[in-house]
Amino acid sequence: MLAAFFSSIAAMVILTGTLVGIAAALVGTFLVLRRSAMLSDAISHSIVFGIVVVWLLTRQQSGPVQIVGAALAGLLTVFLTELLVNSRKVKNDAAIGLVFPVLFAAGVLLLNLYARDVHVDTHTVLLGEIGFVWLDTMAIGGLEVPVAVVWMSVVTLVNAVFVGVFYKELKLSTFDPELAQALGFAPTLLFYALLALTSVTAVAAFDAVGAVLFIAFVVIPPSAAYLLTDRLATMLALSVLVALVSSVVGYVLAVRADVSIGGMMAVVTGLCLGLAFLFGPRYGLLAQSLRAWRQRHGDELRALVVHLHDHEDTRAQDEENIVSALEQHLRWSPRKAAAVLRRGLAEGVVLREGRTLHLTAKGRDLARELTEPWRRAAA
Amino acid sequence: MTAAPLHEPDLALHVEDLTVSYQGKPVLWDVDVDIPPGVMAAVVGPNGAGKSTLVKAVLDLVRPTAGHVRLFGAPYAAMRREVGYVPQRSAVDWDFPTTALDVVQMGRYGHLGWFRRPGRREREMALEALDRVGIADLAQRQISQLSGGQQQRVFLARALVQDARLYLLDEPMAGVDAPTERAVVELLQELRDAGRTLVVVHHDLQTVRDYFDWLIVLNVRVIDQGPVDRVYTAANLRRAYGGQIALIERPAVDDDARGAS
Amino acid sequence: MDGLLTLLGDHTVQNVVLGAIFLGVTSGVLGSFAVLRQQSLLGDTLAHAALPGVCLGFLVAGGRELGFILAGALVTAVLAALLMLVLTRRSRLKTDAGLGTALGFSFAVGVVLLTYIQNTGDAAQGGLDSFLFGQAAATLRSDLWIMGGIMVAALALVAAFWKEFKLVTFDPLYAGATGLPVTLLDVVLTTMIALAVVVGLQMVGVVLMASMVIAPAVAARQWVTRLEHMVVAAAAVGVVAGTGGALLSALVANLATGPVIVLTASALVLISILAAPGRGLLWEQLARWRARRALRGRQVLTTLYELSAEHRDPHYPAERGTLNTFHGLDTRAALARLERRGLVQRVRHMPDEGPHWELTAAGREEARRTLAQLGAAEA
Repeated sequence: MLAAFFSSIAAMVILTGTLVGIAAALVGTFLVLRRSAMLSDAISHSIVFGIVVVWLLTRQQSGPVQIVGAALAGLLTVFLTELLVNSRKVKNDAAIGLVFPVLFAAGVLLLNLYARDVHVDTHTVLLGEIGFVWLDTMAIGGLEVPVAVVWMSVVTLVNAVFVGVFYKELKLSTFDPELAQALGFAPTLLFYALLALTSVTAVAAFDAVGAVLFIAFVVIPPSAAYLLTDRLATMLALSVLVALVSSVVGYVLAVRADVSIGGMMAVVTGLCLGLAFLFGPRYGLLAQSLRAWRQRHGDELRALVVHLHDHEDTRAQDEENIVSALEQHLRWSPRKAAAVLRRGLAEGVVLREGRTLHLTAKGRDLARELTEPWRRAAA
Repeated sequence: MTAAPLHEPDLALHVEDLTVSYQGKPVLWDVDVDIPPGVMAAVVGPNGAGKSTLVKAVLDLVRPTAGHVRLFGAPYAAMRREVGYVPQRSAVDWDFPTTALDVVQMGRYGHLGWFRRPGRREREMALEALDRVGIADLAQRQISQLSGGQQQRVFLARALVQDARLYLLDEPMAGVDAPTERAVVELLQELRDAGRTLVVVHHDLQTVRDYFDWLIVLNVRVIDQGPVDRVYTAANLRRAYGGQIALIERPAVDDDARGAS
Repeated sequence: MDGLLTLLGDHTVQNVVLGAIFLGVTSGVLGSFAVLRQQSLLGDTLAHAALPGVCLGFLVAGGRELGFILAGALVTAVLAALLMLVLTRRSRLKTDAGLGTALGFSFAVGVVLLTYIQNTGDAAQGGLDSFLFGQAAATLRSDLWIMGGIMVAALALVAAFWKEFKLVTFDPLYAGATGLPVTLLDVVLTTMIALAVVVGLQMVGVVLMASMVIAPAVAARQWVTRLEHMVVAAAAVGVVAGTGGALLSALVANLATGPVIVLTASALVLISILAAPGRGLLWEQLARWRARRALRGRQVLTTLYELSAEHRDPHYPAERGTLNTFHGLDTRAALARLERRGLVQRVRHMPDEGPHWELTAAGREEARRTLAQLGAAEA
C-alpha cells in the first residue's frame, strides 16, 4: 500500500509541492508580518551563489553541505544589506536590490567559467522541475522514496519544530521587537535563524520549484491568510491550507494543460489570494463595501442622536426633539427621516413619547462618542 | 459677538457640515467653521482631533463624507493660487537632492503651469522669499544640511512665494528652536497686518493667546470658535481635552471673572 | 588596444555597445525617480513580471519579434504594477507583501506560458530563454531602433514633465494641494520604470534588471546634490557600466553579458559610497580624523600654556613624558605638527632627560586665542 503511494508519480509530485508550500508558509508567515517579504526574493536569488561556491569546493550537488552553503549565502545577503543600510548612504529597499543581484551575478559567472559541462544549468535553477522529482529516489526502510520528498520532509519538520518551540518568542519579536529585546529574547538572533531556515528551505525547494517560484510560496499563502484572520495561529494554519489546496489543484490543472506544474501551483496560490482579497469575511473588498454602506446608516443614526443630545434639557427641546424637526433641521426627506427613525427605534437608541423623541441610555452613549470624544481613548 | 455675521463671499474660509470618516470612525463631524479675512487663527485640539484632516479637507486632499468648503466664496479648485500651504515638516524626505532655493521655486509651479520652466523671475521671487524668512544665505545649501528650524523656514518661503490671500500652516512651530519660532510668528503677524488671512494648526496651548487673534477649538466637532480672548477659556479647553489637561491658570482665564459669553 | 579596436569594428559588438548605451541612459534616468520614491524593488518586481509578456508577445507574433515581445513585456509589467497598487491600497497588505505577490504570481504565469510554448515544440522558443539572463549578443540592429525609440520617448517624457515629477517625488502632499494630479503622475512614474525594464531585458535579462534600475541612481546620488545632476550622473554610470560590462564580456570567452554589467555597476556603487567627495565613507572618516588631530593639537597647546602660567614662566619647558601622562597618549606627533607651524620649539633642559618643549611667542598668542574662544580666558 505504502509502496504504491510512493511510486505514484502524481502522489509524489503533489506531496513535494505540499511540503514546499508548508515549509515556505511557516517561515513566510513571519516574514510577511515583519514586512520583510521581499527578503525572500533576495535570498532565493543569492543562494545560487552559495550553491555554486559549495559545488566548486566540494563537487557535490546536493546534501547537507549544499544546504549549509545556501544558508550562509542567505545570511550573507542579509548581513551585507544591513551593512549598506547602516552606512546611511542607501535606503532599505535600495540596499536589498543592490546586494542580491551581485551575489546572483557572481554565481552565474562562476557557473559560466567553471561549470559549463555540469547538470547545474541556470534554467533549472530558476525554474525547477517538480515533475521529475520521482526520478531520483533513495531507499528508506525498504521503500523507494524520492530524494526531494525526503529532504523537503526534513526541512518542513525542522521549520515546524522551530516555529513550535519558539512560538511565543517569534510572536513577540514580530509584533514588539523592543519588548522582546528587553525581555532577553534576542529578536535579532531569532530573525537571523528564521532567515537561515528560509535559505535552507529555498535550496531544498530548488529542484522542485526553482528560485523564483519559491517566492510565490513564501509570500502568497501567508498574505492570503493575513487577509482572512487576525490570529497568528490561524494565520499559520490557513497558510498551510492554501499551500495544500494549491498543490493539489495546481497539479491537476498543470497535467491537463501540459505546462509547468510548479508554475501552476504558484498560480493557484495567487488565485486563492484573489478569492481572499475579494471575499474575505472581514477584510475582503466585498466586506469593505458592506461596512461602508453600514457606515452611512451609522452616520445617520449618529446625526439623529447628536441632534437630540444637543437639545436635551434645553428650552428648545420641545421644538427640536420631535419627529417633524428631523425633516426640517437635519434636512432629511420625509422618507429618510422615517427610515432613520425606524432604525433608531429598532436599535434602541431612541424612544418615542407621543410627539417627542427621547434618547435612551444607549443613545446617549452613542451621542457622547462624538460630543465627548476623549472618552474613546480612555475606554 | 458684536459684528453682524458675514456672508460666504466675505469670509476667508467657510466650512459647512464637514464630516470626514476614516475606517468607520468619524474624524471630523458636522464641522462648521467661519473665518473672517485678515485674522491670524489658531486651530487647537488634542491628538486625533482632526486638525490636520480639516486642513487637508480644505485643500481637497481628503474627500469628505458630507459638507463643503468655500474660500472667499469660491471652491478650492478655483482659489488654488490664492491659498498657500505649509505642510508638516515630517511629510517629506529631507535627503532629497535639491537646494533650498529650488524648493522655494516649487511654490511657483502652480503659476507656471505645465511645460514652462522656472526662469529668472521665479528665481528672484524665490530669493526674495528666502530673504524674508531670514535665510537668503542658505539658498544654495542642500536641504539635508539644514537644521529643523531652517527647513521650516524653507517651507514657509515656498508658501510666501505664492503671495496668497490665505495661508494654511500645519504645526509650523513644532520642533523648532526659539529664534525660529519668534521669526515665524513675526512673519505671520506681518502677513496678517498686511491683510492676509492665516490659519495655523498650533501645537502649543500656552502660546495661543500671545500669537493669535482668532481661535478654533476642535475635537472631532467644533467646541468653540471666535476671537481668541473670548474662546480661550478653561471651560472650552476642558471640553476639548476632557479634563486631561492641566492648565497653568492665568488669572484672566477664569470664566467667572470675565463673565460667561 | 589593437584588440579593442578590432572588437569595436565587429558588428555584433557595436550592436551590443549601442544597446548598452540605451540601457544605461534609460535605467539611469528613470531609476533615479524609482530610488528617490523608495520604489527600488518595484523594478525587480516589474522585471520578473515581464516574463509572461515576453511569452505572450512571442505567441501573438508567432516568433521572436522584438517589437511584440517588448510590447507584451510592457503590458504585463504595467499590469503587475497595477496589481501591486490595488493589493496595497484596497486591503491591509503592506508594500512588501504586495510586491512579493505581484512578482511571484506574474512570474508563475510566465513560467506556465513558457512551458506551454516549449511544449508546442516551437523551434524559435530557444530565443525566449535569452530573456531570462540576457543575451546581448543576440541584439539585432533592428532591435536597436526599438530600444532607442523607447529611450527617446522616455527622455522626452521626463523633460516635458520635469518639474512635476520632481515635485511629486519630493512632496506629494504639497503637489496635491497645488492641483497636480498626483495619482496620475504616480502611475506615469511607475509605468516609466516598466519602460526602463523593458529596454534592458535583452541585455541583462529579467533577473538582473532590478540592479540596473537601482545601481546607477544610487551611485550618482553619492556625488551630486541636485536632481538635475543626479539623472545625468546616473545615465553616465549606466552607460559606463553597460558598455564596460559589454566589452569585457566580449573580450573574455564564456562570460554572460548580464552578470558582468551588473557587477560593473555594483562596483561603481561601492566606489561611490566609499570615495565620493563630501559624502563618501572614506571622506567622512578622513574628516573625522582631521578633526581629531586638530583637537589634539589645540589640547597640547593649551596645556603648555596653562603649565607655563602655573609656573609663571613663559618659557617653561614641558617634558614630553609629562604631556603624555596628562593627555593619556603619545603627544609626539601633535608636538611635531605644532613645531612645524612654529607654535612650539624644542629646548635643552636637562641633557639626560627626554625632549622638552616650550611655547614660542606665536604659540602663546594662539593658545591665548583658543582659550578665549573657549571662554576660559586667562591673562
